[in-house]
Amino acid sequence: MSDAPLIEYRGIARQFASRRGTVVACEGVDLSVRQGEFLAIVGPSGCGKSTLLNMAAGLLKPSAGRVFYRGAPVAEPNTLVGYMTQRDTLLPWRTVEDNVAIALELRGQSKTERHRHAHDWIKRVGLSGFETAYPAQLSGGMRRRVSMARTLAYEPETILMDEPFGALDAQLRLVMHDELLKLWAATGTTMVFVTHDLTEAITLADRVAVFSARPGRIRAIETVDLPRPRDVFRIRFDPHFGELHDRLWRYLEESVRGDIMVG
Amino acid sequence: MAQVDTISLPAREAPVAVDLAAAARNERLIVLAWRAGITVVGLALWEFASGRLIKPFWISSPSAIWAQLVDWCVTGELWLHVQVTLAETLMGFVFGAVSGIGVGLALGLNKRLAAILDPFIIAFNSLPKIALAPLFILWFGVGLMSKVVLATFVVFFLVFYSTYAGTLAVEQELVDVLRLMGGSRWQIVRKVILPSVLLWIFTGMKISVPYALICAVVGEMMASNKGLGYLIQAAAGQYDTNGVFAALFVLMVIATGLHAALKLSERLMLRWKEDGG
Repeated sequence: MSDAPLIEYRGIARQFASRRGTVVACEGVDLSVRQGEFLAIVGPSGCGKSTLLNMAAGLLKPSAGRVFYRGAPVAEPNTLVGYMTQRDTLLPWRTVEDNVAIALELRGQSKTERHRHAHDWIKRVGLSGFETAYPAQLSGGMRRRVSMARTLAYEPETILMDEPFGALDAQLRLVMHDELLKLWAATGTTMVFVTHDLTEAITLADRVAVFSARPGRIRAIETVDLPRPRDVFRIRFDPHFGELHDRLWRYLEESVRGDIMVG
Repeated sequence: MAQVDTISLPAREAPVAVDLAAAARNERLIVLAWRAGITVVGLALWEFASGRLIKPFWISSPSAIWAQLVDWCVTGELWLHVQVTLAETLMGFVFGAVSGIGVGLALGLNKRLAAILDPFIIAFNSLPKIALAPLFILWFGVGLMSKVVLATFVVFFLVFYSTYAGTLAVEQELVDVLRLMGGSRWQIVRKVILPSVLLWIFTGMKISVPYALICAVVGEMMASNKGLGYLIQAAAGQYDTNGVFAALFVLMVIATGLHAALKLSERLMLRWKEDGG
């Protein structure tokens, strides 16, 4: 892990026009993502967390400020990042293997080569035997695994994840955390992981950035100095995890409670 | 207690599962039996009423219609008319569908062109297109061509609208994912936009098949000397109810056949939809 920022947000603000006037999603955001780190962004819903990911992907421009990737303004779109969104973006008319292999297909790899590569990833996410199934035939958890395999299979330098496991039940989520950490450890990819779940953020990340309610601002950035590899099923009961959680929850609580009172 | 439960549960559930399959089969048989019953009773009532309750001049009768069909088959007259109507329908359908898909995709992928042409398209589409039949007959004569042009025109708008709406409904997120993977514009069109729009194209084509047939028949009724529309018109002109009903029956068979063929091709092409959740 080097200290040179891979992604840098400088003085970012973003407004959206809505029927009731202008909504400020986030403002005054300065944030650096280091190469190879696992950064989690936590905050209440609607605080502009996804907005930040869209900016790093070059899909959205900030209203003010600039986003840099490797020191240069972000390309539109930024093809150095992989993006795993909360919603399913598998292509429903493609089988599991053809979904996982799509990025390799776009790069012109031969069919045998990309299928071999895809099968390897399908095996790694525990879906062997489902290579020729269509997404509609899979459960929600299995579809998430396919999305994960698809994003990891073409080895983008950075992976952006927007509440990727938000729709899964608590047990399945833990299993997915375990798999994600193992796969991540083997690749060394830079991860930016957005969630509203503080426990999830601390379990996975090297650093956690806490956002306030809208307009989203950074309240605190905390380093998670829990050793790796982590046992995602038990790490919550580690006393140090509890301390970190308490400290970060204090920042988060104000925004969450404030959000309820404002409505 | 717990042990008893685990043993007795599967035993209790198994027969239920078997019953469900049998019940589904039974239900299908009942539905089929009812359909057959309605057909038989309906035809019998018709046959009985004809000549006893209502004059055959008005309603003909199944046996007379059958005799007429057999007669037409023997003389080969039926096949001639069916051929003409089918040719007009299919040609109109194919030309209309191909041009509709082409223009729909072109406008869907070119927002400015779509904005420019929007009022013209709305104006032409709001026209009751059957009203154009006399004009087309004037331009293209009483032969095949005028009916093909009319059917093409109608099918074009149906397929065009459906295709165009499909391009607008493509999920931006799917497009973005491929853009981030470094997909070129053409790759995105081929791998995301075309497959998403395919479903809409099929819907448009399915709707337009009966319209193509209507256009062919209406065109034939207005001015023609061949085709099922002509046959109906000619039979009615001679107060030949048997002939009218027989021709209508043939039309019904053709329309049902076309619909079934399209449904089959849709099932084959959109296999991924089948187990859809």
